[in-house]
Amino acid sequence: MQLIRDLGKFIAWLPDIFSKPENWGMYYKETVRQMYDIGIGSMSIVMLISGFIGAVTAIQFSYQLSGGFIPDYYIGYIVRDIMIIEMAATLTCIVLAGKVGSTMAAEIGGMRQKEHIDAMEIMGVNTSSYLVLPKLIASVIVIPLLVTIALIVGIAGGYIAATYVAGLTPVEFEKGLRFLFDPYNVVMMYVKAITFSLIITSVACFQGYFVSGGSIELGQASTRAVVFGSINILIADLIIALLLMG
Amino acid sequence: MIRAENIVKTFGSQEVLRDISFTFDDGKTNLIIGKSGAGKTVFLKILVGLLQPTSGAVWFDDIDVCCISKEQHRELRMQIGMLFQGNALFDSLTVEENIRFPMDMFTTRTAKEKLKQVDYCLERVSLEGINDKYPSEISGGMQKRVGIARAIVLNPKYLFCDEPNSGLDPKTAITIDDLISGITKDNKITTIINTHDMNSVMEIGDNICLLSDGKLAWKGRKEEVLDNDNEVLIDFIFASPFLQRLRSQALSK
Ligand SMILES: Nc1ncnc2c1ncn2[C@@H]1O[C@H](COP(=O)(O)OP(=O)(O)O)[C@@H](O)[C@H]1O
Ligand SMILES: [Mg+2]
Repeated sequence: MQLIRDLGKFIAWLPDIFSKPENWGMYYKETVRQMYDIGIGSMSIVMLISGFIGAVTAIQFSYQLSGGFIPDYYIGYIVRDIMIIEMAATLTCIVLAGKVGSTMAAEIGGMRQKEHIDAMEIMGVNTSSYLVLPKLIASVIVIPLLVTIALIVGIAGGYIAATYVAGLTPVEFEKGLRFLFDPYNVVMMYVKAITFSLIITSVACFQGYFVSGGSIELGQASTRAVVFGSINILIADLIIALLLMG
Repeated sequence: MIRAENIVKTFGSQEVLRDISFTFDDGKTNLIIGKSGAGKTVFLKILVGLLQPTSGAVWFDDIDVCCISKEQHRELRMQIGMLFQGNALFDSLTVEENIRFPMDMFTTRTAKEKLKQVDYCLERVSLEGINDKYPSEISGGMQKRVGIARAIVLNPKYLFCDEPNSGLDPKTAITIDDLISGITKDNKITTIINTHDMNSVMEIGDNICLLSDGKLAWKGRKEEVLDNDNEVLIDFIFASPFLQRLRSQALSK
């Protein structure tokens, strides 16, 4: 019930967000600031996680494949496809829903509680637009870039693990990387990345913008941004998989 | 002139404002007074349009604000400056950036013109030279004054202040009051102040309305405050036993 009411409120909110900016320069500045915050702020965690996932995938599969009929170079193939199809986009965005989502919700919610939003409204600023649109644009640009980085670092992690731990030669791993490559999966990865960035940002901004009460409510809003963001990402992941693979 | 007409505001089952009608005069320092929780902030936010009344209307001259387009609403808001109870200064921006913010957003002035206006506003509130400080680095009284500077940077026609001297020592509070009433006179703007501070009432109250329990309990000028027998007003003004003793001594003379 609450969910349906929130959804209605969110849809009613959209026209305000996408109304014409009063000053392009200020929006541009805010977008750049957000891009910097999201991108630089999350780079290391994204690299760390994807590198480990790539490495663990390589080690696990080399163990499973050892002594079987499947050739060793399949490890490169598996690492590549697991990263492209699922890990790079979905895992990165789940992590970002935690990191970026909670920060955004807390930032906007804090502005609501400290009357910053009221102050801007009184000046005549369309706060729905000014506080949300730059974040949406920034995340749609930066998060797919982070996903790309996750993909590269993940494969690098797989490469290091496969060659140093599992005893593959670099040539074999590379052969695996080229094996049965379908560019369509890469397109799908970016479709997911863009969809998930929209989800992370809009859920977080919604939770922050309509917060009321005090610091306990602010914490709850931040938590909801993470939980609802992650759940929605998983649901969207499933829908995209069904639509684009079917 | 700003006119509130039969304003009612309820939150759930709680009636915060019950049928309030009052006219705020042009070029004057208008006060909304009352105890904590009387509904002053809610009333002020309804006047500026941050809250919608449950019923009733707010008129700016001959414009009924409920029924104007979004565009007109923004135009009206450009003529409004507001000082919030907690200042609402943007804490990630410096003092200068705070005051410049409305100009950055709505004007095409050059950087030099903006700086000139920032410095003029800072001078008006006697705070020259703190341009590069952050709000957290200056005192509460200075934050209020920066808030005033930001509120007047676009030369508004109307100035709204929510408890401008709450949390300040009496001396600083009086400075802030003088500042606001001075700006009101010099710039010929219409000012509406929420306060529960008796000094403000007696010093700068050109036109006063007293809220009690969500109702309009009394209205008048500062000159009329002392010699009248409105019980709510007397109870509000002579709040402490000390003041009550003074009053009965004065009356018995
Ligand atoms: N957004 C709100 N939701 C519910 N109740 C509110 C809200 N804002 C104010 N109130 C209630 O309205 C009453 C008046 O509040 P307020 O106008 O802030 O008083 P004050 O005169 O001290 O400024 C209080 O009892 C408060 O609980
Ligand atoms: Mg108040």
